[in-house]
Amino acid sequence: MSHFAHDPKSPVTVSEPSPLRLNHLDRLEAESIHIMREVVAECGNPVMLYSVGKDSAVMLHLARKAFFPAPPPFPLLHVDTTWKFREMYALRDRVAEQAGMDLRVWHNEEARQRGINPFDHGPLHTDMWKTQGLKQALGHYGFDAAFGGARRDEEKARAKERVFSFRTASHGWDPKNQRPELWNLYNTRLAKGESIRVFPLSNWTELDIWQYIMAESIEIVPLYLAAPRPVVERDGMLVMVDDDRFPLGPGEEPQIRSVRFRTLGCYPLTGAVESEAATLSEVVQEMLLTTTSERQGRAIDRDEGGAGMEKKKQEGYF
Amino acid sequence: MVPPHSSSGATSASAYATDALAAEDIDAYLASHREKGLLRFITCGSVDDGKSTLIGRLLYDSRMIFEDQLASLESDSRRHGTQGAELDFALLVDGLSAEREQGITIDVAYRFFSTEKRKFIVADTPGHEQYTRNMVTGASTADAAVILVDARKGILTQTRRHSYIAHLLGIRNIVLAVNKMDLVGYDQATFDAICADYAAFAGKIGIDAFTAIPISGFRGDNIASAPSPQTPWYSGPSLISHLEHVDIGTSSLQDEPFRMPVQWVNRPDLDFRGFAGQISAGTIRAGDEVRIVPSGRTTRIERIVTFGGDLEEAVAGQSVTLVLADEVDCSRGDVIASAGDPPESADQFDASIVWLSDEPLMPGRGYWLKLGTQTITASVQQPKYSINVNTLDRLAATTFELNEIGVAELQCERPLTFSPYAENRALGGFILIDKLTNATVGAGMINFALRRAQNVHWQALDIDRETRALAKGQKPQVLWFTGLSGSGKSTIANLVEKKLHAAGKHTFLLDGDNVRHGLNRDLGFTEADRIENIRRVGEVTRLMTDAGLIVLTAFISPFRAERDLVRAMLPEGEFCEVFVDTPLEEAERRDAKGLYAKARSGKLKNFTGIDSPYERPENAEIMIDTMNISPDEAAELIAARVLGIWSPQL
Repeated sequence: MSHFAHDPKSPVTVSEPSPLRLNHLDRLEAESIHIMREVVAECGNPVMLYSVGKDSAVMLHLARKAFFPAPPPFPLLHVDTTWKFREMYALRDRVAEQAGMDLRVWHNEEARQRGINPFDHGPLHTDMWKTQGLKQALGHYGFDAAFGGARRDEEKARAKERVFSFRTASHGWDPKNQRPELWNLYNTRLAKGESIRVFPLSNWTELDIWQYIMAESIEIVPLYLAAPRPVVERDGMLVMVDDDRFPLGPGEEPQIRSVRFRTLGCYPLTGAVESEAATLSEVVQEMLLTTTSERQGRAIDRDEGGAGMEKKKQEGYF
Repeated sequence: MVPPHSSSGATSASAYATDALAAEDIDAYLASHREKGLLRFITCGSVDDGKSTLIGRLLYDSRMIFEDQLASLESDSRRHGTQGAELDFALLVDGLSAEREQGITIDVAYRFFSTEKRKFIVADTPGHEQYTRNMVTGASTADAAVILVDARKGILTQTRRHSYIAHLLGIRNIVLAVNKMDLVGYDQATFDAICADYAAFAGKIGIDAFTAIPISGFRGDNIASAPSPQTPWYSGPSLISHLEHVDIGTSSLQDEPFRMPVQWVNRPDLDFRGFAGQISAGTIRAGDEVRIVPSGRTTRIERIVTFGGDLEEAVAGQSVTLVLADEVDCSRGDVIASAGDPPESADQFDASIVWLSDEPLMPGRGYWLKLGTQTITASVQQPKYSINVNTLDRLAATTFELNEIGVAELQCERPLTFSPYAENRALGGFILIDKLTNATVGAGMINFALRRAQNVHWQALDIDRETRALAKGQKPQVLWFTGLSGSGKSTIANLVEKKLHAAGKHTFLLDGDNVRHGLNRDLGFTEADRIENIRRVGEVTRLMTDAGLIVLTAFISPFRAERDLVRAMLPEGEFCEVFVDTPLEEAERRDAKGLYAKARSGKLKNFTGIDSPYERPENAEIMIDTMNISPDEAAELIAARVLGIWSPQL
């Protein structure tokens, strides 16, 4: 039949891989670099949100590539909650210096004064330190475009979001009214007060991130690799006791277990997984064979039922 | 609850089950996966054709769905699902709460999976006609399209529409996935009849090849391996196998002439000047001769700079930084191209356009047009026709409404460097942005240029505009008076012209009366006609300034976009906007021609200030507050400015 373009008896031959055949990581890298350059060319005051996680590490590495030999022409912004793992703070300060970039750390003063913390305040902790903190920081510095390391494979609301995610003057996301985004043409035009969140890693998957970290030898927080660490088990989650602010319940005692983290956030809110994977390839191996998703250890997604992330984004969360 | 597996049992032994090697030797696994290619495809189909179910199936079979996601899927399936006690995979991909509640796909969702041969990015696009713009978004970056058809229903209106759009957006790999074969007893005759129907239609719209595969997304037949025992009569590839092998033409793109739109000039210090961009076609090597378009200057590539070290060679798709051998003028928007075969530049095009906005197209109005890294002002002429994508009939059209597709001519304020879309998506696809709302209102694909601006150079006239202006001893310019009816535009313009004439200047005054009675007597007062009126006046003023004249115009010209359009037609500094600012109450009180009274009584429609808006100028060169200054004083000030004896401090 004429409409069978493919004759099953003679398999289609794929052209021989030549040295210049771009693999999937090459194509993803080129796309991310293109996105970053568009922002720098068209936006007045961009910033890169840096959360110290593995995705931030890849995003920062791509930024250094995009603008080489110049340093990335924008600052890094860390919206800090004061509850990150200690190892994250150490790496943060070091890599900003290596990249030759200005690092700005923002703390929500109101949250600090009210003593908002993840143990006593639950979702309010994330809202005040992160969502409100982020809005304050963007407003304070007048950033009109902010890079974030979110990926579409992480979560179903993110799977629907544009690379250039337009936000109203109150930082809200309107999922039903997103700007059409065709080809690689991004509309960066804004009215006063409006801003854009830009996700250069939109099309990367968790596996892509790991493969790229390995291929490019990108430094990441050691917490991603298994090591003996003090943890307690709470609500089915293994939580690491990273400093003496951790209020132990009656009978609770930290145990040393070999654990690692698949994502990194505030340490009291980030579940560890038991693991012996002490190298990157072992981590990837575990990831390929695992049966739970990456964000499963994140308490934040489970808030407010299935629409947790969509709702947070509408309120201005990244 | 266990999801239904392929009745063949083939799914579990699928081509994309990679666990074994990953468990056994992770380094070997990673090495084999480093060189995978990438294929982007869209799935589209009518409501209930089972798109989302198919994607859920692909994700599930390739282990991209995890236990916790499965757990929430189970609870969601019970709450919103349409599959009874079975898992409803559609709920995995319909990520917005509105979609889950209504059981439909509204916006594109991007999903990811990989097999041993390729990584896949799937854009799940909506089927409903009112979300056509979202389908277009998904299709614009796709290498292939999987068009789903329900075996029980055959080719539907929506199948035709989706096929047309996929083809229009340049997708050349079309898969006709005849789904729900389980519900027609895996009947070959049904499948063949649908294929024959589709072939007849596809030929009409220029799809010359497609691959038809009988599948069941729900049961898994012919998804991962083929033939399923249920379809022994089928001898083609499985859906996955086909997608793994289909040629996406990246190697042929590398053989084309070199083009790289310049995104950003990298100047960290005085010693380095590099041009950053993503190569949209061809291959480049250090030492190659290149031409900067549109300037036409040639030079050589000195270095191809990347973070990992200089490259000898770079190809289409890569993002690089080029250092040129000579200090030629080159900036964002220019295209660095192979010297012997540069792209064309032109300022008028025939283009296919998809309208994406609730606000219909305003023919003649200036929009921002973004193509590659160029952003310029362009206007769309009255459409040649729109397409009824359901019947493929060409319809007469005066505008484009939301989701309409058609063909129109495009007029750009200055030449655009381009390739026809069929040759290169990156240099032939563009978006249109509304200048006021900043919304992306349209997308287009250049079919061909109407006249060539670059290849055929303008006839260099011996007597040019400078010569004519010099002969008159003046700088040509336009004094564009804008303001409400009765604000005093004509009065002041007349006084200014008298003063300029007295000073020996060559002037001409264009106003509503002398234009409406002649040149524009075919135009009425609808919004579209008013735009055309101003556009023509703009063209006439341009000719008159070319002739060296100082032109004064007195038109209400209520829309900012049109005033800016005229401004953009003229050389920098020759357009002087004069805003005659009279409050509506005052203009209505004066009502010299009795027009406000008529408008108020409903005898005059579309009257500016009453039932049609006036957009105040934001950056007028001259503002005349008629409440505080007499017409004669105003004219004195304006004439002084033209004669160069006026300083802004006055």
